[in-house]
Amino acid sequence: MKYYAYFPGCSSSEGTAVAYGLSTQAIAGALGIELIELEDWNCCGSVPYGSTNELEAVCIAARDLALAEKTGLNLVTPCSSCYTTLNRANSLLRQYPELKGKADECLAAAGLKYEGGVKVRHLFEVIYNDIGLEVIESKVVNPLHGLRVAPYYGCQLVRPEPGFDNPNNPQSLDRLIVSLGAELVPFPSKDHCCGGSLVIPEPDLTLGLIHQILESAASNGAQCIVTVCPLCQTNLDAYQAMANRKFRTKYNLPTLFFTQLIGLALGIEPKSLALDKSIVSAETVLSPYTKVAEPAVQTSRKV
Amino acid sequence: MNKIDQRLTVDEDGFLEEAYSVPGGESVRWCVQCGMCSGSCPNATLMDYSPRGIIALIRAGQRHDVLASNSMWICASCYLCTVRCPKDVKITELMHTLERLSAYYGLTNKRVLTSAMYKAFVNSVKSNGRVYELGMMMKFYLSTLLTGKINPFALIKMLPLALKLMLHGRMSIKPTKIKGSKQLKTIVERAQALGGAR
Repeated sequence: MKYYAYFPGCSSSEGTAVAYGLSTQAIAGALGIELIELEDWNCCGSVPYGSTNELEAVCIAARDLALAEKTGLNLVTPCSSCYTTLNRANSLLRQYPELKGKADECLAAAGLKYEGGVKVRHLFEVIYNDIGLEVIESKVVNPLHGLRVAPYYGCQLVRPEPGFDNPNNPQSLDRLIVSLGAELVPFPSKDHCCGGSLVIPEPDLTLGLIHQILESAASNGAQCIVTVCPLCQTNLDAYQAMANRKFRTKYNLPTLFFTQLIGLALGIEPKSLALDKSIVSAETVLSPYTKVAEPAVQTSRKV
Repeated sequence: MNKIDQRLTVDEDGFLEEAYSVPGGESVRWCVQCGMCSGSCPNATLMDYSPRGIIALIRAGQRHDVLASNSMWICASCYLCTVRCPKDVKITELMHTLERLSAYYGLTNKRVLTSAMYKAFVNSVKSNGRVYELGMMMKFYLSTLLTGKINPFALIKMLPLALKLMLHGRMSIKPTKIKGSKQLKTIVERAQALGGAR
C-alpha cells in the first residue's frame, strides 16, 4: 500500500465534480493506494485569488502546504487547477526570498510554519508513475474493448511545468486508455483549452472553445471523452447543451473522469463510480461494460 | 536598469519598472516579439491587444492602454504561450499581474465580467475557507445584474443548467466552513497589513 496526503479541492469534494472525488476513492484501494484527506484543508485560491492579490493567494496556498508538511507525505490532488496553483505557490516561495519572508510572517501569525518540503502531485501522474500501466493492465478484469475514447488532457496537467509529459503533445493518458483495452481516436484538440472558469463571466467566448473540442472528438468517431480535470468535465458535460444550442449542433458526448474509466475496467461496482452524475448520460455508451461488472468483481477478489 | 533596457523603453511614469518588479514580471525584458504567444493563444483574436502586443505596449510605457484593455481578463490560463515561448517569458503570469494592476489603478475593463467573478470567488474563499459554488454564482449574477452588466434574460438562460447540476447532486445548497476559518482570516489579515507581494 502506498500512502498519500489527499487534497480533493472544492469541486471534487462536494461540488460540481463530486463524481471525481467519489470515483477516486472507489478505485484507490484496488490500485494499492491510500489517500488520507488533508485535515481541514482550505481552497487553494486558484486563478481568481492569484489574480486579485498575490501575497494573500500565496499565503492561503501555503497554509495547505504547511498542513501537508506535517504529514510527511506527498500531497496529491485530482484537480488540475489545484495542482498548478499549489505548485505555483511552492515555486514562488522558492524563487523569491522576499515573498517567502512575508509568507512566513503571515503563517507564523496563525501558528504555522512551512519549510518548503512538500511535493505536490496530480492524481493522474501518481497513478501513471507510482502504480504504472503494467500493474494497472494486470488488474483489468473487464477490458473496454471497442469503446472509442478521446483522451482530453486540458491545460494544467502538463503545463506550465515541463517534465511529466510533453506540454504540446502529451501521450500518458493515451497510453492509460490503451492499457484498459479501449480504443483511441485521433484527437487534435487533446490539449486545447476548455476555458475553465471563464465560462461564468464570458460564456460566449468559452462556448466557442467547448464547441471546438466536442467537434474534434465527435468528428473523429469518439463515443466519449475522458478527462483528468474537474473544470474540463463540467464545461464539456454541463455546458454541452448550451454549446449545441449556440452552434446548432447535436453532440451527445459523455465526458468521464479517468478514474471512472479505470474503475469500469477494474470491475468496480459502477454505482460507486458515480456515473449517474454525468449530465450527458454515459449509460448507453457504457452499457456493454457495466453489465459484466458484477461477476468481474468476484473474479478480482479470488485473485 | 541596464543600457539595453534604457534603449528599449519609453517609461516616463515607471510602468515598466512596475511590471518588472513583481514576481515573474522581470521576464518581460527577454521578449523578442516573435509572436509565438499570440499564435498559440486560443482567445487572442478577441483581445484588444494580443499577448505579444501587450508586451510591446508595456515596454513602450503605455500604462493606460494596457491596463484598460480586455486582454488579460480573457486569458484562460492555459499556459500554451508560456510553454512555447522561446525566451521563457512568463506570459500567463504577466497577464495575472496586469489584472491586479488594472484593478489597483481602477482601470478594469467594463465590457468583461471576469473581475466580478473573481470578487465573488475570493469572497467565498475568505468567508468559508472553501469555494461555495452556488453562493459564488448567485453573488456573481446578482452583482452583474444590479450594475446592469448583464440583462435578466442572460440570467434566465442559465437556470436550466443550475437546475440540472442540482438534480444530479453536483451543486451543494449550503456552504462548508472549515474549522480553521479563523486561522485563515488571521493569515489573510496579516498579508493585507504587509501590503502585497512586492
